[in-house]
Amino acid sequence: METGTAPIRPADRTAALALGDDALVLAQRLGEWAGHGPVLEEEVALANIALDLLGQARHLLSLVGNEDELAYLREEREFRNCQLVEQPNGDFAHTIARQLYFSTYQELLHNRLARTGTPFAPLSAKAVKEIAYHRDHAEHWTLRLGDGTPESRERMQRATDALWRYTGELFEPVGELPVDWTELNDSWLASVTSVLERATLTVPEGPRRGAWTAGAGREGLHTEPFGRMLAEMQHLHRSHPGASW
Amino acid sequence: MATTVEAGGVREAAFDAAVAADERIEPRDWMPDAYRATLVRQIAQHAHSEIIGIQPEANWITRAPSLRRKAILMAKVQDEAGHGLYLYSAAETLGVGRDELLDKLHTGRQKYSSIFNYPTLTWADVGAIGWLVDGAAITNQVPLCRCSYGPYARAMVRICKEESFHQRQGYELLLALSQGTEAQHAMAQDAVDRWWWPSLMMFGPPDDESSHSAQSMAWKIKRHSNDELRQRFVDICVPQAEALGLTLPDPDLVWNEERGHHDFGPIDWDEFREVLRGNGPCNDERIGRRRRAHEDGAWVREAAAAYAAKHGEAKA
Repeated sequence: METGTAPIRPADRTAALALGDDALVLAQRLGEWAGHGPVLEEEVALANIALDLLGQARHLLSLVGNEDELAYLREEREFRNCQLVEQPNGDFAHTIARQLYFSTYQELLHNRLARTGTPFAPLSAKAVKEIAYHRDHAEHWTLRLGDGTPESRERMQRATDALWRYTGELFEPVGELPVDWTELNDSWLASVTSVLERATLTVPEGPRRGAWTAGAGREGLHTEPFGRMLAEMQHLHRSHPGASW
Repeated sequence: MATTVEAGGVREAAFDAAVAADERIEPRDWMPDAYRATLVRQIAQHAHSEIIGIQPEANWITRAPSLRRKAILMAKVQDEAGHGLYLYSAAETLGVGRDELLDKLHTGRQKYSSIFNYPTLTWADVGAIGWLVDGAAITNQVPLCRCSYGPYARAMVRICKEESFHQRQGYELLLALSQGTEAQHAMAQDAVDRWWWPSLMMFGPPDDESSHSAQSMAWKIKRHSNDELRQRFVDICVPQAEALGLTLPDPDLVWNEERGHHDFGPIDWDEFREVLRGNGPCNDERIGRRRRAHEDGAWVREAAAAYAAKHGEAKA
């Protein structure tokens, strides 16, 4: 799709799409929680996190072109988000595990990008403050659920295990971002391991990428639930071509 | 015994004098049991309305037609959950905990605003809720900022500020639709047609049928009658509808020079009573969804409590 003249280099455009789609898709998933939260404070917290991510997504997609054209008119295969963020909410434990994995990654990444000369530096410097809160929120809930009741421990372990195979993809190089991806992965693993251990959970031993489908979101290969998520997200916009909202 | 009765009389006189002098009653002040009960009922109903009110709007978060609109709607829903939190806290100052109030909501012993038993069928309904439903709520709530009970009045100051932003976003959303394509304009008109009458019902039954009004007015919990507020709302909406380029679905709506107000047609109070009785279009869905969210979240709350007990952390 033609998205207009982008003011940035093609490699940065690739990165902006990847990071922007991550934020957009996770915001969309978190938005599904509205009215379903386990406690009123979490209605506020999850909406707040979703709102931060949506703000990041709008900034990043605008670097590439028109945010709404990009969000609403691309097909599934054109999205560059990692598969982790598109995974369905599941129970609260799955949502928290997904958030722990993603926020830890995002915080480490934006911390590094904030110190680069890339067009992402200003956004990263601002986003890192929001993301630190998201990670803190996910860590606290991982501890509470892991070290709470036998039921919550079992659910949190199951979620931690189920999403583990989507975490390898996070460390595939994105565009030409000047980041040491191996080092990023090591830091991520150390951080997540420490949280899981404090939560009395077992660090999953399975592979961090599966068969060809797990870990190819950056190339536009997604999982089955993603198409339905997009159908819901894009339907109204697409039903009124050319309309302004 | 005689001293107690006497002390009670003195306290009651002090309470009455404070209310008469427009002073605030604070949580530690003595207050009549009926005053406390009225406030708990009203604040709880308001808190419940905030959290049930999330549902009809959340229905459109995932489908909002632009990212800007999605962000605005998410922020609004987040505000509503926040309002629920302040209001449950205000009720707590009267000695009733959130768990107890939620239980009453889930078992039908306390009510929420009936307006949320109507469905949001199109995107324009999000605009109509903002403009009309939030507009009616503000008309009702602004006087509550001067309510005699301090914690409630202070919560309302903050809530009204945010509600007025919600009302403006609804109006602006409808304006964009009204000035958009033919299909968008029709969508906006249809939403206003469906939400107008239920919004007028939000002010409650006519004054001569309103059971709680007189006492609440005397206690300065309530400052204006239902019909007075309803009239104020109609008078505000008529020119706004014109500016929007939309019509209001009432052939009897006409300016009355003599009264200095708009006359409007009869409200279908049978519909109001039916919805109140549980026979509205979404009563079962709304309360069912709320109960399910609560039940599905039980293990999460139990985990937080167990963790807090183990680690001496404040409850989540």
